[in-house]
Amino acid sequence: MANEGKIYRISGPVVTAIGMEASMYDVVRVGDEGLMGEVIELHGEKAVIQVYEDTSGIRPGEPVINTKETLSVALGPGLLTQIYDGIQRPLPTLEAEMGYFIKRGLDADAFDMEKKWTFNPVASAGDAVQGGQVIGEVQETETIVHKIMIPPGVSGTIKSIESGDFNVTENIAVLEDGTEIQMLQKWPVRTPRPYTQKYAPDTPLITGMRILDFLFPLAKGGAAGIPGPFGSGKTVTQQSLAKFSDAQIVVYIGCGERGNEMTEVLDEFPHLIDPNTGKPLMNRTVMIANTSNMPVAAREASVYTGITIAEYFRDMGYDVALMADSTSRWAEAMREISSRLEEMPGEEGYPAYLSSRIAEFYERAGRVNSLGGDDGSVTVIGAVSPPGGDISEPVSQGTLRIVKVFWGLDAGLARQRHFPAINWLNSYSLYPPSLNQWYRDNIAQDFPEIRTEISTLLQIESELQEIVQLVGSDALPVDQQLTLEVARMIREYFLQQNGFHDVDASCEINLVYKMAKAILTFQTAAKAAMAAGAQLEDITGVPSRSTLMRGKFEASYVDDIEEMVATMVKEIEATVEDN
Amino acid sequence: MAGKEYRTITDVKGPLVFLEKTEPVAFGEIVTLKLSNGTIKNGQVLDTSDDLVVVQVFEGTAKVDRNTGVTFMGDVFKLPVSTDLVGRILDGAGRPRDGGPEIVAEEKADIIGEAINPFSRKSPHDFIQTGISAIDCCTTLVRGQKLPIFSASGLPHNDIALQIARQAKLKDSDEEFIVVFCAMGITAEEYNYFRSDLERTGALENAVLFVNLADDPAVERIITPRLALTAAEYLAFEKDYHVLVIYTDMTNYCDALRQIGAAREEVPGRRGYPGYMYTDLAMLYERAGIIKGKKGSITQFPILTMPGDDITHPIPDLSGYITEGQIVISRELYQQGIYPPINVLPSLSRLMGSCIGAKTTREDHKSVSDQMYAAYAQGRELRGLVAIVGEDALNERDKQLLDFSGVFEDKFLRQGQDEDRSIDDTLDLCWDLMSSISTKYLVRLDQKWIEKYHPDNRA
Repeated sequence: MANEGKIYRISGPVVTAIGMEASMYDVVRVGDEGLMGEVIELHGEKAVIQVYEDTSGIRPGEPVINTKETLSVALGPGLLTQIYDGIQRPLPTLEAEMGYFIKRGLDADAFDMEKKWTFNPVASAGDAVQGGQVIGEVQETETIVHKIMIPPGVSGTIKSIESGDFNVTENIAVLEDGTEIQMLQKWPVRTPRPYTQKYAPDTPLITGMRILDFLFPLAKGGAAGIPGPFGSGKTVTQQSLAKFSDAQIVVYIGCGERGNEMTEVLDEFPHLIDPNTGKPLMNRTVMIANTSNMPVAAREASVYTGITIAEYFRDMGYDVALMADSTSRWAEAMREISSRLEEMPGEEGYPAYLSSRIAEFYERAGRVNSLGGDDGSVTVIGAVSPPGGDISEPVSQGTLRIVKVFWGLDAGLARQRHFPAINWLNSYSLYPPSLNQWYRDNIAQDFPEIRTEISTLLQIESELQEIVQLVGSDALPVDQQLTLEVARMIREYFLQQNGFHDVDASCEINLVYKMAKAILTFQTAAKAAMAAGAQLEDITGVPSRSTLMRGKFEASYVDDIEEMVATMVKEIEATVEDN
Repeated sequence: MAGKEYRTITDVKGPLVFLEKTEPVAFGEIVTLKLSNGTIKNGQVLDTSDDLVVVQVFEGTAKVDRNTGVTFMGDVFKLPVSTDLVGRILDGAGRPRDGGPEIVAEEKADIIGEAINPFSRKSPHDFIQTGISAIDCCTTLVRGQKLPIFSASGLPHNDIALQIARQAKLKDSDEEFIVVFCAMGITAEEYNYFRSDLERTGALENAVLFVNLADDPAVERIITPRLALTAAEYLAFEKDYHVLVIYTDMTNYCDALRQIGAAREEVPGRRGYPGYMYTDLAMLYERAGIIKGKKGSITQFPILTMPGDDITHPIPDLSGYITEGQIVISRELYQQGIYPPINVLPSLSRLMGSCIGAKTTREDHKSVSDQMYAAYAQGRELRGLVAIVGEDALNERDKQLLDFSGVFEDKFLRQGQDEDRSIDDTLDLCWDLMSSISTKYLVRLDQKWIEKYHPDNRA
């Protein structure tokens, strides 16, 4: 047996090689063109390979070479601002090398291997170091310091450490036992990077979207699923999160989605300014774009490539947010390969291991104490595209079993142009109990109670609406009509948010609280006025209420809102006297 | 370079032929089969190994037997392309169907097509005026977009597609589109209708037709759209044309895909369609777009008929996840005698935001479109309520909205098959119709547009 074998069979992206020594998940080069593939099954002396590129024109008998490495990503300075395909080839390099269309057989470095970075050591000769420990720093982009760590599994005493300008493959340190350390390290994508300890999450990931931050918060290190039928705004929501969430690093995976949509992201992101730092958003972003017509096996790999990069930054002590749009396409890639392998299918043709793969993926999220001793987190937000919008299908169900936050997108709301079209009745988050303390300490003591009041009002509204459907709203008693009015205010003023508006697209958490509070203040004032004899129409018609509601589109709103609320209360009180 | 002829067929099943012991045959290689009666058939390799080769035969396997000679052509399927294609009618496998000469190739292009590097794409933003109010106002079409028509049997989707092909142009520009028309399994009658309409308007000279009819081999339908898109890519990205690709009917294409999947005994996905249908459809739909530094563009108009009017059926469902919106045709509106019966409520153009506004259409477009949509949606909802409680129970606002929904269908949606409304006319019409609703209920309209465009203020 040798490292080189021959092709025996080709069936789409699945190739069988014969006469080659192989172990599972070895990366191989297939055919005369050297297409990249991965061993996924062994039968006697036959190795089944999934190939990451188109296999047309490849013949049996062509060579297969085993690299004896597993599918890995390159990690080091130069990752940020990159745009990769599913197997970490930079798309701009592919364009420079082979034009506007993606051809095959090209190997490209993940980032510039020659570029010199200024390495500042933080460890010195004689220090005992172990895997994950930070030994130096590189200012990678204006906003992000890239920490250079000893690769996991390596330890010893530093014999010498350099300072100055180096490229990623030059030695920056040598250990006593002769181990040479470079800035570049590799990590197999299917293996989670190790850490010391996983913590329970206690800090919310602030997203700038009112409905998420207020009603259904996601914790840093948590996992969320966004299922929704087509046209309900999954991609817009994911992009909004990538733009406005308060993560320090964002990894955005466009997995099997539309080319034009990906282009929009690629065009738009470099011009966006990070609200937290005032610098270009790309400085903190790594993008992976594997559109629906790019090779299916590379789509399968893309989510692993993404999450490995996310874990690497987590190990430096950063809060990382990873968006995967859409995990259904990833699952379909698994299904396609599984059916080529003639595996016994589970539900709807998906492989039986679908749910365990989904669970393994989301389990790589978490807030951890890294090997180097820093606290970092990976938050995973996965979009799910259920066929026909029916979430009883296997991918949605597999996701819901593992994630703690469910943001259910609703086609009906999208049709009413209620955006974000997240259904407040069936969405949930299991994080509030662990995050409430943070909200009390950092925003307001009564934050959790306000949240309960608002969600109760929405619940009551949905019950009242059923009656209104039958008898009309005029038939309800006035106090219930007021409840409907308040709920409408919650929906239209508070929950609706224009993702394309300069101001309204992102709402800071303090303002979210103030807006929720303003609605409850309106309710209290209205109740009091009605008890004193005022008419509901007069109360809802006070001009200061519409001023308050329209004010959210003004940049100065956060400063003006309290005064607006006070004016509204006065005008409502005045309706009593008018009567 | 053709190799030697094999007579080693072991099995024939549906559209598939299985052969033993050949020289190494490439995956995707083109195959010719010579039957004992002299007939020639074409096929393509679906699976290849040292021992066994599986060939999918485009013309069906009738009369294929164990003595049939099989020759592997040494290359994958390629279409000869040149500008001579324009004005020609070809069959579903790319052979002339109009009695004209063979196409003289300027080059031969692989029909599978390669994915456009997402980094090399240019975001579409040029507004296409179709002259149909419902589309221009509510689901605006953009050059480089793929916008399917979700229809059902017995509805006038063909008329709408033809009207779009006739009228589509950039605003204030005479630049025309080259139409690439791809028929998959439609009837001869439908095809004649398309052809004679294109002939009548002179559009045929600027069109390429690929035609696979209902009685042509079903398996051939797998390659027909690929040929059409290969021609479109050549014309758009090599010859700088703006190309409008209309294909009909995607449902027949998907059924052909299912037929092959079943013959290969693949594990089926939903409703028997293959698990890889999403990827397969994406390989077609994603061939729309614009490339940085290239002048031409490909805009796609796939037509698909939803079996049982069911939008959750796998074909419209998977399409909707790939395409940039959809135009939904409504049986209810059609039965009310409204043409074009476009139901704007479930219709959507995802790229609309990038192409409307002061610079391209008109400053009030977004506002007007939102308000028209919202008012119509509420009016339609009230119809249900009125059926239960009667019209008298409605308040003033609801009455106005209810009436508006009728006017919307009658005056806004309804238009002639040759009526070409400019975007300005469409938007003015919207204002005229909305003026039946008191302005205090038109909450989605900016005050400044009301002052400028409302009929009361237009003087």
